[in-house]
Amino acid sequence: MGDQPIVRLENVGKAYGPVVSLQDITLEIGSNEIVGLIGDNGAGKSTLIKIVTGVETPTTGEVYIRGEHINFSNYSVQRAHELRIETVHQTSSLGTKQPLWRNFFVGRPITNALGFIKVREQKRISEQIMRETIGFRGAGIDVDTPVGRLSGGERQGVAIGRAMHFESDLIVLDEPTVALALSEVEKVLNFIRSIKENGRSCIYIEHNIHHVHEVCDRLIVLDRGRLVLDCEAKAMSYTELTDFLRNLHQGHEGETKVAS
Amino acid sequence: MLRRLFQIDGASVAVVFVLLIIVFMITAPQAFLGYRVYMSFMATVPPPLIIALGVTLVAVAGEMDLSFPSVVAAASYVFGILFQEWDVTWLAFFCAVAVGCAMGLVNGLVITLLGIPSLIATLAMLFLWGGLVTVLSGGIQLAIPDIYGTTMHSLLVGRIGGVFPVQMIWALLMAGFIWMLLNRHRFGENLLFIGDNLEVARMVGIDATREKIKLFALSGALSGLAGVLLTLETTAYFASQGMGYLLTVIAAVFIGGTSIFGGSGKVIGTVFAAFIVTVIEAGLVASGIQGFWTRFFIGFVFILSVTANAVIEDPDKVPLVRMLRTKLRKG
Repeated sequence: MGDQPIVRLENVGKAYGPVVSLQDITLEIGSNEIVGLIGDNGAGKSTLIKIVTGVETPTTGEVYIRGEHINFSNYSVQRAHELRIETVHQTSSLGTKQPLWRNFFVGRPITNALGFIKVREQKRISEQIMRETIGFRGAGIDVDTPVGRLSGGERQGVAIGRAMHFESDLIVLDEPTVALALSEVEKVLNFIRSIKENGRSCIYIEHNIHHVHEVCDRLIVLDRGRLVLDCEAKAMSYTELTDFLRNLHQGHEGETKVAS
Repeated sequence: MLRRLFQIDGASVAVVFVLLIIVFMITAPQAFLGYRVYMSFMATVPPPLIIALGVTLVAVAGEMDLSFPSVVAAASYVFGILFQEWDVTWLAFFCAVAVGCAMGLVNGLVITLLGIPSLIATLAMLFLWGGLVTVLSGGIQLAIPDIYGTTMHSLLVGRIGGVFPVQMIWALLMAGFIWMLLNRHRFGENLLFIGDNLEVARMVGIDATREKIKLFALSGALSGLAGVLLTLETTAYFASQGMGYLLTVIAAVFIGGTSIFGGSGKVIGTVFAAFIVTVIEAGLVASGIQGFWTRFFIGFVFILSVTANAVIEDPDKVPLVRMLRTKLRKG
């Protein structure tokens, strides 16, 4: 695959009727990088994600995945999965009464020709994902543990592990640390680091600027549908970043004052 | 640790079953110390047990099926009339099961396409199917004593060595099949996730509508099979034949440990619980307690065990237990 970006957006825009949600976005997500996506509510983060993951189609612009031009008439969540793009949702998509080994494979279990699940194989692979891929170290947790018994951070880990197992190159994390205790957040940040260690890429949407700055390689800031910053995380210190965002915010307040 | 032990399929229900037998051996020794009462259980339990297996799967998906008494009646009638008029046995058997399956399919379509909650929809279908069978049969009863002595009769409901009812073996084979389906097949897994969290099931790509239609069709087919076994055993058909199963089947499913909230089912638990319900009925009568009390006791055991199962699953789901726990913590 080399240096070809996994996703490339060119002048992408999206309008819902008269409401413009995204305008003239051009950006790339390279291979093996964690990109933090920052912006206020309504800045266009979720619209951007929905376009990349096949939920929505843009009104203008082009999208390329691994250099291949995307024809939106047959782009869907299913197709995005085939192109190895997975989303881990805010509210995790796990059945809480079901054991870990079922949750890893639900929707695409390993079965024989008659549709019977190869339980032993699924358990073995689940074990492997837990220990090796996402580095689970929770005491008293094994593949038979119902997901309901796991903490919020651990559940995110299961969802991330599942996404990685299904060979996705790009994992989209939609605010995975919302409503988590501090110690749990640290676990999730480690799971995110493991995405990079496993040679994949990640778009990480987060409200907490500190977390984003800590784990991301590159930062993208959206503001009212426009791309206002796209830089290496190292190029900006945490204080510089918060100052930038504060200025952005004050700018709006100035405008609203002028308008009124 | 103890909680984990009780979560094993059927473990706690098996304990209750054994205790119950021991109690009745003391209170009604003349009946429960001999083998004949057990042979009689194994002759009468298989039909409601087979229905309960289907309803267990339905409950796993967070749904309910109350239409089975009428499906049993329909299958019994189809089987009886085909045998009486055309003298066919296996064809009558397959037609009866197919009719049950078709009725279940319609139930599934009503639930998924009209979006009526299954508890209400299948209650309505109980009347609808029941009424239809009565109209089509002209309200008659059938007696088919000639079925006794056919190969089919001895294969399905005969007695091994003159004492052991063959239908018990068929019922256990069905239980094994349903256990595999629930715990080892992707269909069962889909049902588990549908009952656990429908939103999640949809998100991972499970076609909940299609699976639910299949589920109700399967439940209908099992009720049809139960109807045939019942007619073979009694060599008769009458319209209210399945009605007596309404309480016992639902009680068996939930006494067996299947979650009333969906997302978890205990097939082996259902097998033991189907026996428990019948044993209570017979045991109370044999102990000299008036027959009228049996329903009261089954209702009582039903409430008690459903509560116990909910506490095992998640103590906070039982408001009374939750209240007591917070009080204890404060005190």
